[in-house]
Amino acid sequence: MPSQKKNDIAIRMEDVGIEIDGELDSGSEDEARRRDRNRKAKASPRAGGRNGKPATSEDEEEEEDQDEAPRKRARKKKASAQDSEEEEEEDDRSVKRKGTKAAGRKKKAVEEESEESEEEERGKKKKGRKVTNKKQKDEQNKEKKGDAKGKGGKDKGNVKDKKNKNGKYSRECQAFVEKFEGALGKGKGRKLYAYKVMMAKKMIKFNRDFDNFKTACIPWERKIKEVESHFGSSVASYFIFLRWMYGLNLVLFAFMFGLVVLPEVMMGLPYGSIARKTVPRAEQERAMDISVLLDFGGYCKYSILFYGFYNDERTIGVLQFRLPLSYLLVGVGIFGYSLMVVIRTMARNSDEGGDGGDDGQFTFAFKMFTSWDYLIGNPETADNKYASITTSFKESIVDEQENQKDENIHLRRFLRVLANFLILCSLGGSGFLIYFVVKRSQEFANLDQDELSWFEKNEVEFVMSLLGLVCPPLFETIAELEEYHPRIALKWQLGRIFALFLGNLYTFLFALFDEVNAKLEKEKSIRNATIWGLNEYYSNYSSYHNTTDIPPPDIHPADVIRGPCWETAVGIEFVKLTVSDIQVTYMTILIGDFLRAMIVRFLNYCWCWDLEAGFPSYGEFDISGNVLGLIFNQGMIWMGAFYAPGLVGLNVLRLLTSMYYQSWAVMSCNVPHERVFKASKSNNFYMGLLLLVLFLSLLPVVYTIMTLPPSFDCGPFSGREQMYNVVMETIENDLPAFIGNIFTYATNPGLILPAVLLMVLAIYYLNATSKNYQNANLELKKKMQMARDEEKNRRNNKENTNQVMQDLEDLLPNRSLLPPAAEEENPPPDKVREKGSKSPKVAKRPGAAANGKGVNLQNDVSLAAPNPKAAVTHPPGPRGLSGNARGPPPGPVRGRGRGTPPPRH
Amino acid sequence: MGTTASQLGKDLLSEYQRFSELLSKEDRNLTSVPMEKVLSLPELKSNPFRKRICHVFSTSDMKDGSLTFEDFLDLLSAFSDSATLEIKSHYAFRIFDFDDDGTLDGGDLEKLVNCLTGETEDSRLTPEEMRQLISNILEESDIDKDGTVNLSEFQHVISRSPDFVSSFKIVL
Repeated sequence: MPSQKKNDIAIRMEDVGIEIDGELDSGSEDEARRRDRNRKAKASPRAGGRNGKPATSEDEEEEEDQDEAPRKRARKKKASAQDSEEEEEEDDRSVKRKGTKAAGRKKKAVEEESEESEEEERGKKKKGRKVTNKKQKDEQNKEKKGDAKGKGGKDKGNVKDKKNKNGKYSRECQAFVEKFEGALGKGKGRKLYAYKVMMAKKMIKFNRDFDNFKTACIPWERKIKEVESHFGSSVASYFIFLRWMYGLNLVLFAFMFGLVVLPEVMMGLPYGSIARKTVPRAEQERAMDISVLLDFGGYCKYSILFYGFYNDERTIGVLQFRLPLSYLLVGVGIFGYSLMVVIRTMARNSDEGGDGGDDGQFTFAFKMFTSWDYLIGNPETADNKYASITTSFKESIVDEQENQKDENIHLRRFLRVLANFLILCSLGGSGFLIYFVVKRSQEFANLDQDELSWFEKNEVEFVMSLLGLVCPPLFETIAELEEYHPRIALKWQLGRIFALFLGNLYTFLFALFDEVNAKLEKEKSIRNATIWGLNEYYSNYSSYHNTTDIPPPDIHPADVIRGPCWETAVGIEFVKLTVSDIQVTYMTILIGDFLRAMIVRFLNYCWCWDLEAGFPSYGEFDISGNVLGLIFNQGMIWMGAFYAPGLVGLNVLRLLTSMYYQSWAVMSCNVPHERVFKASKSNNFYMGLLLLVLFLSLLPVVYTIMTLPPSFDCGPFSGREQMYNVVMETIENDLPAFIGNIFTYATNPGLILPAVLLMVLAIYYLNATSKNYQNANLELKKKMQMARDEEKNRRNNKENTNQVMQDLEDLLPNRSLLPPAAEEENPPPDKVREKGSKSPKVAKRPGAAANGKGVNLQNDVSLAAPNPKAAVTHPPGPRGLSGNARGPPPGPVRGRGRGTPPPRH
Repeated sequence: MGTTASQLGKDLLSEYQRFSELLSKEDRNLTSVPMEKVLSLPELKSNPFRKRICHVFSTSDMKDGSLTFEDFLDLLSAFSDSATLEIKSHYAFRIFDFDDDGTLDGGDLEKLVNCLTGETEDSRLTPEEMRQLISNILEESDIDKDGTVNLSEFQHVISRSPDFVSSFKIVL
């Protein structure tokens, strides 16, 4: 008895301990059916009556039932011709589809039959045994499906199309049979299949865990999400940028520390062994004073943190580590790596594209219907989710309002031009002011320092900070004239303040180069004096002792005369600047945000106006200021890293602390922006600014490396004419001769020029292609939009909503909106054994709902039609068996969206 | 109940355990768990739609949202990994259909927004924003322009959502 067999299998499956829910013909199917029956018996007598036989909860009886009941049920349910035909089919497979079907169908049926038998044969060969009853049933099932679909196609009248469709379905059937072969068979294949299913389940679970793990591994993801959910994606974009920056700096730090600092510490000479590693005698007294150390003088200056400490020995330690070479390569490599990473990130971001504001069709509907994550089980997470959904609603609404704004285009244009004019004026003015002040300070520098007043000495710094204080708010005020969308306004604001800060950078570099030049002059004289002194010593020594074997002068390293070492001075400048920047930023947050928030919060109880809503109120998070601060800070790091290897480590610490500090500050003292807006998906604008700064900071460093002579008595390049001579030395001495030759050829202008030309050509070509692609992209987008509009219009014009359904159906061939038809159709007796669990349910559902909840019938039928519960345990099998399978024309359904198409007999 | 339990496979045992934990000693003989008990499940506790979920899956004649074990299993299977998009979207529709009239009209959408933005007053949207939001949603998804979103329109939208299937899930 087949049913017995099946149960055996089910039991075995349970012994193995495997769940196969969600698959057809599995043990759990039995369970589900049983469950359903029980329930049916309990919940709805009506459904039970419909079954033709009272459902029983006892197992044995049920098993006996299995052959009988479905058949009866089937007969009772629909006495249509099709049913009887199917039963005939079941009884005698050779008799095929006669009578009721049209002639065209017959032909097709024969085709299908042959296909089916082929399939069967193949299955037999494969398995080497008789195909089980179940399998046959399965194939019939498929066949029916294909059939029905074919009938649907017939209405359209295209026979060829129909055939294609049939072919497609039979292929689908084959695939299905292959996939579920194991579940249908027995013995080894069965076990293998069970094993596979088990592994698939395990795999799903593992993947989920792994995903969780991956998310947990992203640093600060939770912090950032929390900020994002309360302050919107624009504020979060700053933190994401900060995190990205931290990652970049970690890599730079690893380079610097691993290839330069660590080797020098491990293998280089210790402190105090030579002059450059020793504090000079004159400074030793105050070398440990905290004030000196805070200025990075004293022991700090002669430490591993700065350029001067490194020795110029070609190789150090047992490993023969070429420290000078490594120093140069790391210094240049930091730039190379940063450039590469920034550009790669930009390229990847532009892939995702979008200038913020997704242009999808269903922005709001998705937010509304799919944003809640039902897996959330933690009240705190739920609160965050609420906040983030609210924020995202608000963001989208702002976007939408911006789109719908009807505007006076001429006035707007005029205002924008005016605003840009004003801002250009103020930028030009501040540029001139900076230029003027720098000029004056150069004049002052030539005068005696004692004659200058305090203001005259610090004029440049004073003017710079004044500009930095006044200009950004001014720009923001002017920008209000433009009435841009906040996201675009932020970009403009960023660009303008960036231009202002460039002046800052310019003055700083100007002052630095002056200092370096002065130091170089001084160094030259000291160097000459030293050489002269040494010569004197040698000649005196030889004339006094009358020997040519002269020992080096015996001087304590602290007493050696030394040059000013401009590299260390530059490094110290950069470190000082970075530290003061950190201090200013943190103090601003502490005073400007925290103290303000405290005052507003607590003085509000005893104040004459409402502080929270009125004048001071809480601070908003200053996105543009913070982003630019970060970018310029990074510029300082890039410029300074070559002269102060410790700077990168310092910066890593800074970014780490500011991540925690700022996210705390923003959560505790700031309020969200008045108009929460969505950040652009790619923060390519930040990256673009960063790239610009990177380029700007690359210039002075490369300039100093290529043109300025290194100090003669400090740093890894001392004693060489130029810093890059280290590379030449290595090529000449350590590499085989032919590589030297290659280098000589490669540096030949005759080779370089064509190479440059080639690159230009390549750029031109790539540019042209990318433009073409862009055009094609736009064209396609336009087409899509047009198609969508057309479709919408067509729908609106149709009176019959069933047609709408048909269209939807065509639109979504894979996910048929029409319910899987197998439930409605009367299955062959054999098949009813699984289907039995479903069809009664269909019958029951609407009734239950109508009785229980008093919902109007119309809707109810439409709701019940897809029979979702049963379909959970439904295979990806029969679908789209739409039209003629339905028995009674579902009258009330029409007019509602989810209607079933009218019967097509 | 007892007979059913004896037939439960291993795969259903854990669900049955969770379900029977909800039944206290004295009402062991009851077949359905009242809604309050179901809502106390940690998986549902912080879900803004918990009451709707109970009502939708309940087959009780009393309309009190109580769940039998079968209802409970239905709930779990609809929210499981293996449920298809169609099933999920169907149930989502019924969950969102607050007044059970078979369409999502303005009132349903407003209630839905309020569910999503949380219970606290300050996180609520202003009436202006709400109006705009609802009109936008109808603009996007109301294909036949009857002022409501019906099931097929809803499923049409949902079927394009990339992450609906993965988020419409409850795991015990």
